[in-house]
Amino acid sequence: MTDTTTATDLLALHETMAVIRRTEKAAHDLFMSGLVKGTTHLAAGHEAVAVGTRSALKDGDYAFATYRGHHHAIAWGATPEECLAELMQRSTGLNKAKGGSMHLTKADAGMLGSYAIVGAHLPMAVGAAWSARLRKTDQVAVAFFGDGATNIGAFHEALNLAAVWKLPVLFVCENNFYMEYTPIGSVTGVGNPAADRAPSYGIPAEIVDGNDVVAVRDAVARAAGRARAGDGPTVLEAQTYRHYGHSRTDPAKYRPDGELERWLERDPLTVSAGRLREAGTSDDDIKAAEDRAAAVVDQAIAAARAAPQADLSEAFTDVWADGGAAWRT
Amino acid sequence: MADVTTAQDVVTYRESVAEGIAREMRRDPTVVCLGEDIGAAGGVFKTTVGLFDEFGPERVWDTPISEQAIVGAAMGAAMTGMRPVAEIMFSDFLACCWDYLANEIPKVRYMTGGQVTVPLVIRTANGGGLGFGAQHSQSVENWALTVPGLKIAAPSTPADVVGLMASAVRSDDPVVFFEHKGLFASKGAPAPDGHVVPFGEAAVLRQGTDVTLVALASTVPMALTAADRLAAEGVEAEVLDLRCLIPLDVTAVLRSVERTSRLVVVEENPYQGGWGATVVSVVADEGFELLDAPVKRVAGANVPLPFADALEDQVIPTVDKVVDTVRSLATY
Repeated sequence: MTDTTTATDLLALHETMAVIRRTEKAAHDLFMSGLVKGTTHLAAGHEAVAVGTRSALKDGDYAFATYRGHHHAIAWGATPEECLAELMQRSTGLNKAKGGSMHLTKADAGMLGSYAIVGAHLPMAVGAAWSARLRKTDQVAVAFFGDGATNIGAFHEALNLAAVWKLPVLFVCENNFYMEYTPIGSVTGVGNPAADRAPSYGIPAEIVDGNDVVAVRDAVARAAGRARAGDGPTVLEAQTYRHYGHSRTDPAKYRPDGELERWLERDPLTVSAGRLREAGTSDDDIKAAEDRAAAVVDQAIAAARAAPQADLSEAFTDVWADGGAAWRT
Repeated sequence: MADVTTAQDVVTYRESVAEGIAREMRRDPTVVCLGEDIGAAGGVFKTTVGLFDEFGPERVWDTPISEQAIVGAAMGAAMTGMRPVAEIMFSDFLACCWDYLANEIPKVRYMTGGQVTVPLVIRTANGGGLGFGAQHSQSVENWALTVPGLKIAAPSTPADVVGLMASAVRSDDPVVFFEHKGLFASKGAPAPDGHVVPFGEAAVLRQGTDVTLVALASTVPMALTAADRLAAEGVEAEVLDLRCLIPLDVTAVLRSVERTSRLVVVEENPYQGGWGATVVSVVADEGFELLDAPVKRVAGANVPLPFADALEDQVIPTVDKVVDTVRSLATY
């Protein structure tokens, strides 16, 4: 527990993580019952990275996420109902049922999208940080990405440009040790895929316990402080683990026996509950927060199920800024 | 009486690029430029000369050779209140950042249900005829045409460079702006103050009754020269400059074909998948009864572009090819 994180703050973070966990379980269960189609990439296990980061930033700061991005959308204020409605192709979906699981976006809160081409959004975050500098605001931009993204060109171009232009951007790697089905160590020339690359661009890096919401929060606060002071970008490598497979078709049989169980002992919710107890929060209060989270998600499932399907006219809206799709005159 | 014809009466296409950008930068402080060598160097094609001196390093940014970072950063800035004008030096290099033009920029507004807007311009030097070989000569405007969600402009005159640049920068939609390398040295009347050419309005540059020539960028002067030669043979060609591919002014094409009953499209990009195919398909669909002859496309050949001038002339459109094609139709 740090000076800046009170037990009340931490209980709120714990509750948000519980909302994300419940939403991911709902997404999984609704997929299995045929109500969610396409694909999903669940972030159960990654909650502390999203919630810890958001809690260290200010309103108006920007986030760019990946196709495994439900947790970031919720951490930036999307409701479970909006998210589940999107997954269930409802007109009330976060993206009007035009994006789906891989593209959850909450732009009015600064969460500027979830991108499904690996690494593509890192340069975008650099651009948002450049824009903040040009507009002379004190905003920072965060790019969340997986360990696999550190081997794609856009990662390297983004780090270099951010360093050269000394921009207020945070590169937050969610290293869950697998690029899709393959252990990241078997396809990467360095041990820490993000943190070990940062020094070659002159960018400071820090390896963080990505399952400890307080550790993430503190590291992000340090990095954001440097960024706002004009000291440029930081790479944070948050070590974490995904509880489900890569996507909904992946049972993750490639993981060695016992690995998941070892990580479950350090489940982000277990870690934050432990911190809460140390700070004197009662088990009853912790359980009450988790019950509230469960109730919110149960209600969200019911509301999403009851919502109407996507409005067919939406297929031909939002191509252009005038709202339409006209390609000819 | 003083000679009123001075050097100021004509400007080059090249200097009109910088002029068009400068006018928008003076008008709107959110317009910023980024690209390789565009600052103090003024661009490898000298199309950004003067911008760095006038607007300084906070408005005109030199970048590393990082096409993905250039276009990706432009996208992020556009989503957050700026109007970036990004330069990709040669249009061939768009392939290095094609993810942004194919998957990110044109889709983000739609897939977020209209939550974000991407008002950016990607400028690029396009086209052949200068002996730059296979990787620096292509006309790739048809690449952009394959992706719904991009607006596409390709001016043929200095005044249109300025007027279309104004529309491009002011557009709340992403625009790919093709500047033709072969036209940079060409001259024409300067754009009047406040000149804006709306997107999606083709220009009829020459009226005629016998055949419609639909052209874009470098093929516009080619079509006009061909029309002059054909006039000497008694064939009156109407020449239409599309100016934009998206929005595509099919109304202007159909109206012209209604007058002439014959259509030849002159396009520098390859025949396979070239933009002329889209124009022709609309005419076949909606104007079939207007036609008295088969439609023809004078297009780039379906081969990579060779280096030697004589070889390059074999595979890109030329005035001779346009004239020959029209002759074959006139006798149909």
